Amino acid sequence: MSEQNVSEPLVSTEGLKKYFKVGKNSYLHAVDGIDLSILPGKTLGVVGESGCGKSTLGRTILKLIQPTQGKIIYDGKDISGYSDSQMHPLRRDMQIIFQDPYSSIDPRMSVIEVIAEYMIIHRVYRTKNEAYQRASELMDLVGLAQRYANSYPHELDGGRRQRIGIARALSLDPKFIVCDEPVSALDVSIQAQILNLLMDLQDELGLAYMFVTHDLSVVKHISDDIMVMYLGKQVEKAPSDELFANPVHPYTQALLSAIPEPNLKRSREKEMHVIRGEVSNPIDPGPGCRFAPRCEYCTEKCRLATPEMTEVAPGHFAACFRITDKEEKAQ
Amino acid sequence: MFKKKKQVTQNMSPVLEELFDPASTDTVIDVRDLWVEYQSDIETVRAVNGIDLTIRRGRTFGLVGETGAGKTTTALSILRLLPAATGRIIKGEIVFNGKDLLELDENLMQAARGNLISMVFQDPMSALNPVYTVGEQIGEAIRLHNPDLTEEDVDKKVEEMLSLVGIMPSRKVEFPHQFSGGMKQRVVIAMALSCEPELLIADEPTTALDVTIQAQVLAMIKDLRDRLGTSMLMITHDLGIVAQTCDDVAVMYAGEIVESGTVEDIFEGEKHHPYTRGLFDSIPDLSSRSERLKPIPGLMPDPTNLPEGCFFAERCPYAEEICTKKHPGVYIEGEHRILCHRFTKEEADE
Repeated sequence: MSEQNVSEPLVSTEGLKKYFKVGKNSYLHAVDGIDLSILPGKTLGVVGESGCGKSTLGRTILKLIQPTQGKIIYDGKDISGYSDSQMHPLRRDMQIIFQDPYSSIDPRMSVIEVIAEYMIIHRVYRTKNEAYQRASELMDLVGLAQRYANSYPHELDGGRRQRIGIARALSLDPKFIVCDEPVSALDVSIQAQILNLLMDLQDELGLAYMFVTHDLSVVKHISDDIMVMYLGKQVEKAPSDELFANPVHPYTQALLSAIPEPNLKRSREKEMHVIRGEVSNPIDPGPGCRFAPRCEYCTEKCRLATPEMTEVAPGHFAACFRITDKEEKAQ
Repeated sequence: MFKKKKQVTQNMSPVLEELFDPASTDTVIDVRDLWVEYQSDIETVRAVNGIDLTIRRGRTFGLVGETGAGKTTTALSILRLLPAATGRIIKGEIVFNGKDLLELDENLMQAARGNLISMVFQDPMSALNPVYTVGEQIGEAIRLHNPDLTEEDVDKKVEEMLSLVGIMPSRKVEFPHQFSGGMKQRVVIAMALSCEPELLIADEPTTALDVTIQAQVLAMIKDLRDRLGTSMLMITHDLGIVAQTCDDVAVMYAGEIVESGTVEDIFEGEKHHPYTRGLFDSIPDLSSRSERLKPIPGLMPDPTNLPEGCFFAERCPYAEEICTKKHPGVYIEGEHRILCHRFTKEEADE
């Protein structure tokens, strides 16, 4: 990792790993050595296709699942070994917004009860009434009309339900929120409303986000920095504009060229760069670059050794032998 | 293999023969003033409200819109596969090669499905039967529509179809769970194309897939269309896919087509329906520096209780008094059609 910036990161990880046992002696390498850092008030976008471990990463950082190895540093303290009771006070600072607004809310609680629930659990206020009062302020903050306070989740549409999820996550005044695909279940016009809301809240409350998504145009819109994941590994990491202007890893390049752009000229000019094959098996992967089987530049070396993250430009890292080899040649 | 040998296909009647004749017209399908409702005991959902759409031979027609706009209902109406208990076509004609499909009897319609028009559904995981091999499932479609073929011929055709969609023919003995999502969607496409339909309806064929796999499937669909000359109705919510694959486009909102035209009209034209404009503004732009998005405020109107005037008026930044009172007429400029008072009024002023 490069020199730390002047301001200390709020959340960071070092060599974070999460393996799931799937058989007698085999393990699924869901998250495999991730280093990241998120500054207060900033957004890290984590992109990748299904099964690349991005959601597992989000949940591991919040310690909703126990990491197998590595450090999770929150506000200067390594919390990777914390027990549930040690985590409990920290939960107020670290929240999550889930992908599916249909299944992440208790259908038997009214809107106001859902939003007040965390405040009651954490005894933020002395009386329930105060919690409900705060919940109704939160409804205003996320743009939910007060008339829905006593409605039940099934009476609301997806966009409004996602607003409940956001209000609930904000109820404990967190500093850090993991947004796990918060807009992918929504229609585009509603998606734009929610994205704007999340960005406004960040400006207002100084929140740090880890924004997990498979949608590159969304991630570009909302993130300061972006990390691209492939099969549990980080393959490229850079400030948002830099990554889109100058992607160096073959997987990032393929990912960018695969997005259908809603623009006739660009979609016709764009070379269709279809990568062959599919994501390989994450169970007990052998040595070598995880992307090698699908990579058009793959060499012998790629199959045998694992490339490390190397800095290609200030703040821009990628894990590919093409880059390191080029540098060696230059020297 | 299959035990049942029920033949659905009748001896080909003159009507169906005529339906088969591809040279008869330049348009494959012409939907005229189609109205569809879903009725339950408590309410009536007005799903499709008087749409017109024309798909020309060999072209791909994109039907775009958000959840609940009536896209899938339109597709199911064309195939006459609406849920029998609730769905009802109130009015309209669906003219296929010069014949109104709504007037065919069920036997003929059954023969037309698959042979002439077939459909690829959104979710490949649930479109395949988990207890039959993919070879058996593709073979079933072929056998049903070509009762005269011998088992070897069917087998050969199955292998041919699999290699057409880029799957090793030897994998025909495998079951759906042994395939990945993208591969399953290829199997479903192979099945849909196995009887060489004239019109393929693809209902969000890549929504359940990852972007790199989506790119593979879209490239394959494009390639097959060029090779087989199949006309296509592509249903999607993704304007990027439309730009990449379609020749003509219609934008649906609350059961109406609010704007239609060639892909150039929609993506590069000057005049647009405010809803189309809103859709484009809602998508974060990949190539320019991200500004604040301009979402469309509010929600689609309740289809059980549609407003009297323009269905979009409540969310429209240009709405005037007339918009809430009178349903707009169609503004026509070449092939470009817009359902909005702003343009029809201008015309009247001139």
